[in-house]
Amino acid sequence: MTNIHDERHFELTVNGERHEVVDVYPGESLLTVLRDRLGLTGAKGACEEGECGSCSVLLDGNLVCSCLVLAASATQSSVVTVEGLGGATDVQTAFVECGAIQCGFCTPGLIMAATNLLERSPEPQTDEIREALAGNLCRCTGYGRIVEAVQTVIAQRGQGAS
Amino acid sequence: MSDLGIRESSVTGGLGQSPLRPDGIAKSEGAYEFSSDLSADNMLIGKTLRSPHQHARIVSINTAPALAISGVHRIITAEDVPGKPTYGLISSDQPVFAADVVRYIGEPIAAVVADDEEICARAVDAIEVTYEVLPALADARLAKDPNTPSIHPDGNVIREQNVITGDVSVIGDVVVEEHYSIGMQDQAFLGLESALAIPDEDGAGVECHVATQWLHEDLGQVAACLDLPESAVRLVLGGVGGAFGGREDLSLQVHVCLLALATGRPVKMHYSRSESFLGHVHRHPAEIWMRHHATSEGILVKIEAEFVFDGGAYASTSSAVLVNAVTHAQGPYRCEHADVKGIAVRTNNLPCGAMRGFGVVQACFAHERQMDLLAQACGLDPLEIRRRNAMSTGDRLITGQVVESVAPVSEIIEGLSRMPFPQRAGAAEEHPYELPGGAGNTTRPDDVVRGIGYGLSIKNLMYSEAFDDYSTARCQLRDGIVTLKFATAEVGQGFITIAPQIARSTLGLEEVELDVIDTNVGSAGSTSASRQTWMSGGAVEAACLRVRELVYQHVATAEGTDPLVYTIDGTELVNTNTGDRRPMADVVIGLEFDEEVEYRHRPTVPLDENGQGDCHTAFAFVGHRAVVDVDIELGLVRVVEISTVQDVGRALNPLSVTGQIEGGIAQGLGLALMEEIIQRDGRIMNPSFTDYLIPTIADMPPVVAELIEIPDPQAPMGAKGVGEPPTISSTPAVIAAIQDAMNTAYGSAPHLRRVPLQPSDVAKTVNAGLGD
Repeated sequence: MTNIHDERHFELTVNGERHEVVDVYPGESLLTVLRDRLGLTGAKGACEEGECGSCSVLLDGNLVCSCLVLAASATQSSVVTVEGLGGATDVQTAFVECGAIQCGFCTPGLIMAATNLLERSPEPQTDEIREALAGNLCRCTGYGRIVEAVQTVIAQRGQGAS
Repeated sequence: MSDLGIRESSVTGGLGQSPLRPDGIAKSEGAYEFSSDLSADNMLIGKTLRSPHQHARIVSINTAPALAISGVHRIITAEDVPGKPTYGLISSDQPVFAADVVRYIGEPIAAVVADDEEICARAVDAIEVTYEVLPALADARLAKDPNTPSIHPDGNVIREQNVITGDVSVIGDVVVEEHYSIGMQDQAFLGLESALAIPDEDGAGVECHVATQWLHEDLGQVAACLDLPESAVRLVLGGVGGAFGGREDLSLQVHVCLLALATGRPVKMHYSRSESFLGHVHRHPAEIWMRHHATSEGILVKIEAEFVFDGGAYASTSSAVLVNAVTHAQGPYRCEHADVKGIAVRTNNLPCGAMRGFGVVQACFAHERQMDLLAQACGLDPLEIRRRNAMSTGDRLITGQVVESVAPVSEIIEGLSRMPFPQRAGAAEEHPYELPGGAGNTTRPDDVVRGIGYGLSIKNLMYSEAFDDYSTARCQLRDGIVTLKFATAEVGQGFITIAPQIARSTLGLEEVELDVIDTNVGSAGSTSASRQTWMSGGAVEAACLRVRELVYQHVATAEGTDPLVYTIDGTELVNTNTGDRRPMADVVIGLEFDEEVEYRHRPTVPLDENGQGDCHTAFAFVGHRAVVDVDIELGLVRVVEISTVQDVGRALNPLSVTGQIEGGIAQGLGLALMEEIIQRDGRIMNPSFTDYLIPTIADMPPVVAELIEIPDPQAPMGAKGVGEPPTISSTPAVIAAIQDAMNTAYGSAPHLRRVPLQPSDVAKTVNAGLGD
């Protein structure tokens, strides 16, 4: 149930801040608005049909492909993009240190997906990691170092908790 | 050639270590600017109108209805190209915009520049083009028939090249032959084509920020089409989201520059995924016939082969792809006699060109399937037939060229034979995720049969056939800081990580900065052909060595001794006469040096008409073993594990090498099992990630990699390129493993001879009754 007062002018809450969005085309996706209207280019577009996960963001804590979300439908939601993670989170650091990044185009989406996975399931097995991240395509790494990065975070958090 | 004396240096972030990517943190935080993230004040958007026909004459183009749309600024066509009307990497045969004839679906006809994307899309739709449709040439085999009308002024044959050596009449005790097909693969880089062009204020030049593999090649081609001197065009590397060969040819570079110059405003163009499938060249589909002759002991005596490559409408790099195929037809095996024929032709299909492993991928699939057939015919196991024929350093190729590179093929085979096998969990414990049907839970554990297969390959490194292949690098030393400048395209592979490593180890200084990657320095050549570690690495090393020499001379003059007494150990300058040590950081205080070097590999020569000549620079070798689980009834495959032993010379950055190996194998697995551009009458039926599938994390198995580090004496720092080999023989290894599973299930099964595999290739064996 969205509350669209005016589909060309609305406000969005992104990374805890209210943003005024003006003069958009009615059908613009959340991805387009984030990138082209708000200048938040962390979410990437590589397919714009929900297949690659490069545009992944959190919408009220749920992982979504922002290319599939109508921007005007998100006015009552809280959007978190990769820029909103604060930087140098353990997931981000592990991606850098484990070699999970090559060209890096898929990286913001994968970091959002991995962050979300570990919130939902703190100690996933390898199969569960693979299944959870199967919506995020990476063409450079072959995924081995990405699995390694997620497992590194799990191990670090486990040590921190004990 | 190379100074191997300081290689075990203890400098932090030096060679042999795995320091972090300099752009890693920015990429992890979404702060790194890809070319598609760029914008400028007052920026307009450009979009391309493309041909809906495979082959047609353009009768008229009416742009008036599109120009009438509010927000449309300009529309340009072939008439508006001020300079050279065509471009191309090897021959300049591709129009910037089609003028009279279109030769493939997707060929650019016009470009629109407007206030925004939406208006652009409407304007492109509003341009009225009248076509007279012509008969399309879609079959590569027809293209080579002299009776087939030419679709291009340069003719239908792009190149023919044979490789003939020894006695072609020799017949082996054992003869195996088969036809093979390779489908059209897409590079499928995630970062779509995009560029931002900013005109100079006086309109006399333009700066283009673009995701590319070769800035200077783009510069030459773009400037010629714009009719501007190269000095008036500056190309800057925009953040590149992967490349894999797909950015070696121009795509939108000329269009976006023309639009910026025409409007006097910054213009950005970026392709959608579906447009990207039309906007770059692909891996050549190939039809290959091979006949192998061997003694009854399985020793190869002769190879016969015929290659037909469909180059699509324009030449691109078809010529180099063909040469790679015919000169690698033997694989990493000794063979004295050869009769190999190859042709690359034009058709009205999508243009094809460079993709990781170009030409060798196609040849390797065929020769490795043949080696398995030969093993079967000789009653040998797949590793034994390869062991008996393994090439080594000093062997002569079918081109007559002697392999001078380190060629550890036997070591690769032994390495593979030692790898432990993954255990299959009992059916009761097996999670559905681990079965071929995956989370869909479609596979019954009882239908699963495990198979094991092998693939080996040889790949040339760098450019061939007398190409003047060089790279430029500049090393500046000032205030104790080393600054490196080069035009080497960083496309994700990590040259920006190893360049500072080279400088640190060579100079003993830890503070290294990188200048902008642009055309304000000499060419680095292309980021392709596994060449940048060798070529640009060689250039960076050479520039740093010159600066080091100047430091030695300076210190020697001050101390009244000979520069030859100095060496660097870790971060210290050592006087080998006195044993005196001083931190390099102290030694270079106040010193300023600036050296630029062009590095060239040794010259190569063209092939003669029989394909003889030392046409390649150097070679790398690799082997793969695939373990698969096959649902024999449904034809579904899960790759359980891929093991590999790769000849890398020396791993300058082990983590980056691992990344290249795992990433390359993923693309090889993709070609084996799922990746193919399907065309019907020249139209792509699957131009999206919904229908063109690339491996996900759930498709990729663990990779077990062993590196063979025998420094190559000809390679700078001993390091061979590592990017392409993982892609090449992983494909036939996966197919061989599936074949093994089918043979296990049925005793024997039809020979698999096409990639990508279709489930029906496996399942139809059941229907044929072979399973009973």
